[in-house]
Amino acid sequence: MTTPLTVPSPSKHPAGPPEHPADAPHHTGPADHHLGVNVLGLRCRECAEPEPLGASHVCSFCFGPLEVVYDEELQQRRVSRHRIRSGPHSLWRYGDLLPVLSDDDRTRVDLGTGFTPLRPAPRLAERLGLNELWLKDDTRNPSGSFKDRVVTIALSAARALGIETIACASTGNLANSVSAHAAATGTTAYVFIPDDLEQGKIVGSAIYGANVVAVHGSYDDVNRLASEVADVEGWGFVNVNLRAFYAEGSKSIGYEIAEQLGWRFPDHVVGPLASGSMFSKIHKAFGELRRFGLVDGALPRMSGTQATGCSPIAEAFERQSFDVRPQKADTIARSLAIGNPADGYYALKVADETGGIIGHVPDDEVVAGIKLLAETEGLFAETAGGVTVANLMRFAEAGLLDRDERTVAIISGSGYKTIEAVAPTTGPTFSVAPSLDDLQRALGR
Amino acid sequence: MPKVRIPTPLRKLTDGEAQLTVEGDDLRTVIDNLQARHPGLGERLLDDDGQLRRFVNVFVRDEDVRFQQGLDTEVGETDTVSIVPAVAGG
Repeated sequence: MTTPLTVPSPSKHPAGPPEHPADAPHHTGPADHHLGVNVLGLRCRECAEPEPLGASHVCSFCFGPLEVVYDEELQQRRVSRHRIRSGPHSLWRYGDLLPVLSDDDRTRVDLGTGFTPLRPAPRLAERLGLNELWLKDDTRNPSGSFKDRVVTIALSAARALGIETIACASTGNLANSVSAHAAATGTTAYVFIPDDLEQGKIVGSAIYGANVVAVHGSYDDVNRLASEVADVEGWGFVNVNLRAFYAEGSKSIGYEIAEQLGWRFPDHVVGPLASGSMFSKIHKAFGELRRFGLVDGALPRMSGTQATGCSPIAEAFERQSFDVRPQKADTIARSLAIGNPADGYYALKVADETGGIIGHVPDDEVVAGIKLLAETEGLFAETAGGVTVANLMRFAEAGLLDRDERTVAIISGSGYKTIEAVAPTTGPTFSVAPSLDDLQRALGR
Repeated sequence: MPKVRIPTPLRKLTDGEAQLTVEGDDLRTVIDNLQARHPGLGERLLDDDGQLRRFVNVFVRDEDVRFQQGLDTEVGETDTVSIVPAVAGG
């Protein structure tokens, strides 16, 4: 899936090659797929007060989170199925619907992220009692998770804003992605992670040469530190002061699902919940597709999945409340271990409005979910994928799935990042000497 | 007196001050005194019912007050109060 960086053609960049490698375009799309500025500014998601465009994430009026304000008239004129189909095989094919802060294509980063496979999953569907199940396989992104989507957008915004150092607070996948993108663009990066993360997540950041800051604490501790560092250092923290742009990247999952289903909505989308941002942005994407006339029909119901050891959103759902109570996370699903989810409220609203459900499963079922997905569909997911599959099993057992619903499960990251979760219970079937006799004995011949 | 760290977005209300010392032996009193000294600051932190807004996190002694006694969390003479807006997932 990964698309190599391409060298720009002289006709596209008549000024000649950039003086510094960091200025090199990382743009892999067709030469005629130019994207212009489509953002007017920022706006508070709570009180709708406008804020100027910049590396800012909090409303100065009410302290609420900020979101991007698009030039919708421009979008109405530009957006079409034809233009999307003729775009690159990456999330930038939906560039008119994602924040573009500069007319200079060289600010845009594209390591081939997005447009990942939407795979039919008939064997898993049968186990769940479904007629039609699809897997959105986001393990196939450059650094192995959906986080490449949000980082593509945040780093492109940072480049447009002239920010030279990027950073993040991460449960692992985001750190991997920020590090990889920083390496490919020659950008200095600092990634903050809990120091006890899975080895694959730590090595998978450090290998790219980023500054990995291992913090003695939980993700929520890391998060708080990052917020305070962002205040002091002026770095572009993709999920702090670049959050408004960053979060929009997840919308591309929704666009892709609809396009890959032949410009139709599924009936039901089931995906993991950590902060709740990706979940609510997929829903937002579906709404935009309908508003811009690209897809007709009812919006899908949206269901979320958590691990019991960190289930603040599922717990609020059980109470039928929108008040998310923070938890101290304790689960093997480290990528979902956000005890104080910033977008939990919005995720609950989406589930409520669409008739979705939010569940949670204990860690042993997470492991079973990873194995079931691998053994039925040949897809090795990290713990978040196990959480989603295990919750689907529970939903099925509880009669909460409609057999005839076209269902899509979001598989957000690769299993090679969290080997520890399954290694204790997974290994060779046979252990033999290099001898035919020995093998045949082992096979019971 | 307890120290209160003010995040950048709120510093326009504190004449640019990044840290203030404010009297009060619990969080509610500290916030009341912040509001008295810098009108508008308390309103950013508390909703109409006088509860902490859901997108505002406050830490006393490096621990989220939601894991302590909320607005009734005791604040000592040498404690630091941090106000941290919620951030996206990672």
